Amino acid sequence: MSYSRPGFRHPNEPANDAGYTRRDYEGAVSTLCAGCGHDSTTNAIIQACFELNVEPHRVVKVSGIGCSSKTPAYFLGKSHGFNSVHGRMPSIATGANMANRDLLYIGVSGDGDTASIGMGQFAHALRRNLNLNYICMNNGCYGLTKGQDSATADRGSAGKKGVPNPYESIDLCELAIELGASFVARGFSGDKRQLVPLIKGAMAHNGLAFIDVISPCVTFNNTSSSTKSYHYVREHIEATNAFDFVPLQQEILAHYEEGTSQEITMHDGSIIHLHKADSSKDVTNRLKAVNSLEKEKEKGRLLTGILYVNPEIEETHDIINSTLRPLNTLTEKDLCPGEEILEAINSALR
Amino acid sequence: MKPTDIKDPEYFHKVIDCQFACPAHTPVPEYIRLISQGRYDEAYEINWQSNVFPGILGRICDRPCEPACRRTRVEETPVAICRLKRVAADNKSSAADFTPEVPGQKNGKKTALIGGGPASLTVARDLLLLGYEIDLYDDQSKAGGFVRTQVPSFRLPEKVLDEEINRILDMGVNTFFNTYINDIGEIIDKGYDAIFIGTGAPRGRDLPDLPGRNEGDESIFIGIEWLAAVLYRHVTSVPEKVIVLGGGNTAMDCCRTARRLGGEDVKVFVRSPRKDMKASPWEIEDAEEEGIPVIDNHSPLEFVIKDGKLAGVNFDRMSATYDSNGKRTLVSTGEEPLFVPCDLVLLAVGQQNALPWISADSGIEMSDRGLPAVDLTTHQSSVANIFFGGDAAFGPQNVITAVAHGHQAAISIDLFCRGKDLDDREPPSTSLTGQKLDMHELLYDSGISDDKRSAVPTMDRVKSLHDRLLEVELGYGRKTGRKEAMRCLNCDMQTVFDYSTCIECDACVDVCPVSCINFIENGEEDDLRSRLSAPADNRSQPLYVSDLLPTDRVMVKDENVCLHCGLCAERCPTSSWEMMKFTYNSAQAGKK
Repeated sequence: MSYSRPGFRHPNEPANDAGYTRRDYEGAVSTLCAGCGHDSTTNAIIQACFELNVEPHRVVKVSGIGCSSKTPAYFLGKSHGFNSVHGRMPSIATGANMANRDLLYIGVSGDGDTASIGMGQFAHALRRNLNLNYICMNNGCYGLTKGQDSATADRGSAGKKGVPNPYESIDLCELAIELGASFVARGFSGDKRQLVPLIKGAMAHNGLAFIDVISPCVTFNNTSSSTKSYHYVREHIEATNAFDFVPLQQEILAHYEEGTSQEITMHDGSIIHLHKADSSKDVTNRLKAVNSLEKEKEKGRLLTGILYVNPEIEETHDIINSTLRPLNTLTEKDLCPGEEILEAINSALR
Repeated sequence: MKPTDIKDPEYFHKVIDCQFACPAHTPVPEYIRLISQGRYDEAYEINWQSNVFPGILGRICDRPCEPACRRTRVEETPVAICRLKRVAADNKSSAADFTPEVPGQKNGKKTALIGGGPASLTVARDLLLLGYEIDLYDDQSKAGGFVRTQVPSFRLPEKVLDEEINRILDMGVNTFFNTYINDIGEIIDKGYDAIFIGTGAPRGRDLPDLPGRNEGDESIFIGIEWLAAVLYRHVTSVPEKVIVLGGGNTAMDCCRTARRLGGEDVKVFVRSPRKDMKASPWEIEDAEEEGIPVIDNHSPLEFVIKDGKLAGVNFDRMSATYDSNGKRTLVSTGEEPLFVPCDLVLLAVGQQNALPWISADSGIEMSDRGLPAVDLTTHQSSVANIFFGGDAAFGPQNVITAVAHGHQAAISIDLFCRGKDLDDREPPSTSLTGQKLDMHELLYDSGISDDKRSAVPTMDRVKSLHDRLLEVELGYGRKTGRKEAMRCLNCDMQTVFDYSTCIECDACVDVCPVSCINFIENGEEDDLRSRLSAPADNRSQPLYVSDLLPTDRVMVKDENVCLHCGLCAERCPTSSWEMMKFTYNSAQAGKK
């Protein structure tokens, strides 16, 4: 097995506007199983960062435990990273984000890490609308411990052991919309054409952006009886709508007929254009978003794409009115402003 | 695009750039791998089968394989293929110093070979193994032709030459040395079943119309004739100042030889700009390293004679202009001529065919350019049983091309003697063998070396300039040879794709270090090339296109910079990608 990649890259590999080539966003060689959906998701993150001209040293990667949580080793090798305790990624991300709000946070978790052991953490990060890109690599099983059903496994779905799952599954996207996330999307590791713009949209979003990525486990859950296999997902996938992500710096080149598209301006000025096919699927409306999800589920379809987005919801820092500057830039003078100020505060409280 | 037909033997052959570029199609990666494993005897034998003269070619080959090497497309320098061939020759055991088995029972057919150079010797080897009787005629006292008389010993020692030439002669060639054929009729009358003519391009071009040429004749020589005279020790010294005219490899051999015979001030003058010089870049470098200036854009105007003796050469300074089609014209800059004093001039301004002994009544058709009318594939002339090969057939080329001609001519002669159709030739023999050892192991070392090309150690310059018989290059030792061999990308290990088992998980796309794999909607070639994830503008390299996949897409792989690292196969969960060794061996005489 190869643990290193050859040193050569394509001789005409292009650089992005920040001067980096795709190689600058690579990490170590993956030690996951060959064909793992997580590797594709990893590469979608790399591609999104490359296309958005992200500076690798301005990124923080945080993860919990599990196959998915290994992946931060495989992308952005020159960024900051923290591999935390099982299910505790949101706490670590919250702490880091509180300390330095200027960095880009990518939290990677899996269905076990999120929907089982970390459910409590997940819920609270959502309701606080932490400015975090929360990517859940969802394969419906515990791959690292030989493929037991996870809490996102659909009822009746059977993995390699062949025993159908008797329990109801948790729909992480519905839960996220319910609990206050301001950007909720679902992607499929086998469709980078959709997944990369989803991640880019999430990164442009200010607040908690949750992406549930259906990411098949080739070893334990890619059977014909599983609802999270490459084949099943491809057969049952339904996109909310086609969309274009137009980053702030980029000129809008596409022309949209009036009334056929919905424009969502993100916090940083980027724009998401949704090509509306069906007006009942309004992704800025919470109720309609949940309805669409349920309706497609009834039909046995898996809804993907941007499911819900609301750029207006305040993120944690705005809610708690914290300082605009990263804590490491605060000087003694900032932190100990002197007796006069203290006096003023005290008198205001009397 | 239509799905790529990988059953076409030429598809994967083309992916093995070095082997494809080699006129004899020597299986280069295969023997380089053997060298990396220390299996020099086997490496030598593969070469011997294909190019007949591994020790000789490992020193003086024109190396068309090296500019073709895939490595030049991902880094600066190719694998030192030629010098690795020499490693195999230098390190083979005495067991590999073999004489192959020649059938005791002759087949009753007699073939005459005229000229004893590489083309004829190749024909001899191929046909002797089939039981033919071979008569070889040459006007020199030993076989070898051009490689013996014109390649100086400091590039190719006589010992190496003798070993590989004698191996063929010892297989039972009837040799007639010191025999100049005055008329082809003499040979035709002897009633041979077939005649092969491989007499090379033995006439060096002169500059007869330049003023002073006749008066200075005592000090002006034709380069190739002068080199032969040095070999036979008719010339043993040169005066101090020597000018060599010409920009090809013969010019480089002349100047370096002159330097070894006492020439202190040796200069090479070339009419054209340096980049248009015919000499191999490494030969020019070698000359310059020996303190010989190579001066371009100087065209000789006259040989200056003083007191009845050559005093120097006047040069016109030239500059090159190119028209919109890239066609070059050399024009004088109009400056004053430059006088360069010298005591000796060597002319290395080209070679020509010379077939005056082929009379019109022989029935062999000749073109206006003095070349015989020869079929490009069969090498047959207008007389059914007379064949041509080497420089004699299509004008001056190189040794490895002559060897390739020899193989083809031998096939034709064999078919002809057996009364078969010369155009119904045996296709190459090919095979595709899986390389999977287990889940994560391949049968070959798929790691990619980042090492730069190793320099070949050379003899001390002062020492080598004092003895023209001392070989300048010492060749790689075993250790450096292995290091250099590990730079080979194993392009014969093909990435073979099975669309029917692919689940489109993108693992191969994600892991490929050079981004050459794509899963996209099909289109015409131009359209596809414009949509691939990495620039795909090298149209000399094919696109590998699969059948339609379940998502209505196709797999498209740009072969251009594939490193053959095997990661796609290693990361493929369904073994839809497999690394398979493709062997391609050109047919040789006697197969059909």
